[in-house]
Amino acid sequence: MEQIIKPKKPFNVTLYLLIIPVLLWLVVLIVLPHLDLLVSSFKIEDDSGAMVFSFDNYIAFFKEQIYWLTFVKTAAYAIGVTILAFVITFPIAFYLTKVISKKNAAFFILLLLIPLWVGELVTVYGWMVLLGDHGIINHFLMTIGIIDEPINMLYTNFSMILGLLYMSMLFMVVPVMSTLESLDDSLIEAASDLGASKWTIFRTIIIPYSMPGIVSGAIIVFMLVIGDYLAPNILGGKSSLWFTEQIYNKFLTTFNWNEGAAFGFLLLMLSSGIIWLALKLSGQKLDKVGGS
Amino acid sequence: MSNILEIKNLTKRFGDFTAVENVNFTVRDGGFFSILGSSGCGKSTLLRIIAGFEEETEGEVFIRGESMKGIPPEKRPVNIVFQHLALFPMMNVRENVAFGLKRLKLDKTEIDSRVNEMLSRVGLEGYEKKDVTALSGGQRQRVAIARSLVMKPSILLLDEPLGALDRKLREHMKVELKQLQREIGTTFIYITHDQSEALVMSDDIAVMHEGKFEQIDTPRNLYKEPKTAFVAGFVGDSNRFELERNEGDTLFTKNGWKINKKGLKDKPDVLYIRPEALIINPSSDLTDVETFEITIKTILFDGSNTKLATIVTGSTEELLISLPQNAEFDGLEEGHTLQVGIHCDDLKCY
Repeated sequence: MEQIIKPKKPFNVTLYLLIIPVLLWLVVLIVLPHLDLLVSSFKIEDDSGAMVFSFDNYIAFFKEQIYWLTFVKTAAYAIGVTILAFVITFPIAFYLTKVISKKNAAFFILLLLIPLWVGELVTVYGWMVLLGDHGIINHFLMTIGIIDEPINMLYTNFSMILGLLYMSMLFMVVPVMSTLESLDDSLIEAASDLGASKWTIFRTIIIPYSMPGIVSGAIIVFMLVIGDYLAPNILGGKSSLWFTEQIYNKFLTTFNWNEGAAFGFLLLMLSSGIIWLALKLSGQKLDKVGGS
Repeated sequence: MSNILEIKNLTKRFGDFTAVENVNFTVRDGGFFSILGSSGCGKSTLLRIIAGFEEETEGEVFIRGESMKGIPPEKRPVNIVFQHLALFPMMNVRENVAFGLKRLKLDKTEIDSRVNEMLSRVGLEGYEKKDVTALSGGQRQRVAIARSLVMKPSILLLDEPLGALDRKLREHMKVELKQLQREIGTTFIYITHDQSEALVMSDDIAVMHEGKFEQIDTPRNLYKEPKTAFVAGFVGDSNRFELERNEGDTLFTKNGWKINKKGLKDKPDVLYIRPEALIINPSSDLTDVETFEITIKTILFDGSNTKLATIVTGSTEELLISLPQNAEFDGLEEGHTLQVGIHCDDLKCY
């Protein structure tokens, strides 16, 4: 009996069943609508009312200064908010992973998560209550006599940035914490033993080590901010000029779906382009960043 | 030769727990000094105090006669090789080794020449651009040592750096480390729980137990003349016998064995005998040798480390005897009786 019995690889039904929801999600909710948008962004109505192929929707964007100014402002502010989110949350992440005990850290992380429980709309209205002309902060400052006139904080870029930061910051903390957790304390000690000052250790050991976490956090924050609608619209008011509002206006105010689709694609290309550039500049690979 | 390190009345407490208790010692310049102790005896804490990562509760550390009180790790003339090496994973071999030199703000040509010299000394030429994560255990070891030695420290501290290596490589690195230390002449202070590492490499060894130094001596003296019961039991293998009493020069063990030891002074509690100190079938012309009879219970074969587990005739005491593998005793079997002798200097009483 020299026969080698090769077991037939069984057709793994469960595996395919498990993949189906993911595939459905991707195809039906993401790929198909985007294809549809892409097609409609290249269409305009001609004089007879028929839809014809054209680049006019995209040309309209570059012709009108207000559109691409908004576009540039949105990109610049989104980058700024991402950087601010990093500057504010990195010490928090460092403190939670390296300074206090694991037990206390778990409690503080829970506290950090609370804003997520109530949803963005509620927190945005919360900021309005705080920042308004008759809001809590102005009322307090006037009561103790520091100011006579209320400071105009609401419906400014300041309030918009606050709102954007508040809703996105947490998504920076978590990935940064997970890379910092794997940083062996003896690396910090070794650097200090070799004569590095605190600042040098931070610059040459801690930051490079946590780069994958920082970049993955930055991508999430940037995407959330650049595509956010509530905070710029409600907290930034009419003057905020966020690109998502332009898209919203195209779809729902002027009912020009084709131009709206073109704007949507421009935003997608903008955010993808900036992320690509950021990955190149920081020397990170997308698969490595996603794995952290 | 002068002393490079002096530790005076050093004590370290963590709350109620005393990790290091009133330790005093000196290390001479250019020596290889080991601190040997089981895990948790305070040896790592002691090393961290010398490096400056922990602050002493009492006492003082002097390096080249200068007090190190309040001087942070980055300003001390010592460098440390960590237990898990702590190589910087985001840097290649060259960047790791050059890290400390860059902090000194030396010019690039000097950094390059010192890094190259050190890498060739530890046998890592051609590995400059390699990622440290892509190296083997032994190579990583060498990078860690090179990274510290390139700083030309007064003292190099090593915290069980061979612990993570497999046995063969460890044996090899032992010899290599010792050679490297001789060549460059830097003082090494080496922490280990592995007595063989300490015995092979060191000029002097301190045996540490529960935060205190039991004995500081040369490897040979630690083995031959242990000063305390702990050292006798810890360094090398030993048979341990609880003593009931002694009458003059005769010792009585708890389980009914009596043996003579010449020149006994005070009343001892325990007796230690090394398995390799026992002579099987001693010739009658040896002087100062006590002879007695044993019965072989089992033969514990372990290559060069083979031992006989025996019972001393006339008692229930068990005694391990080293069995040389030189064909002389190949005929031995379980149940045989043998005459065994021991020189009375090898009967260690405490």
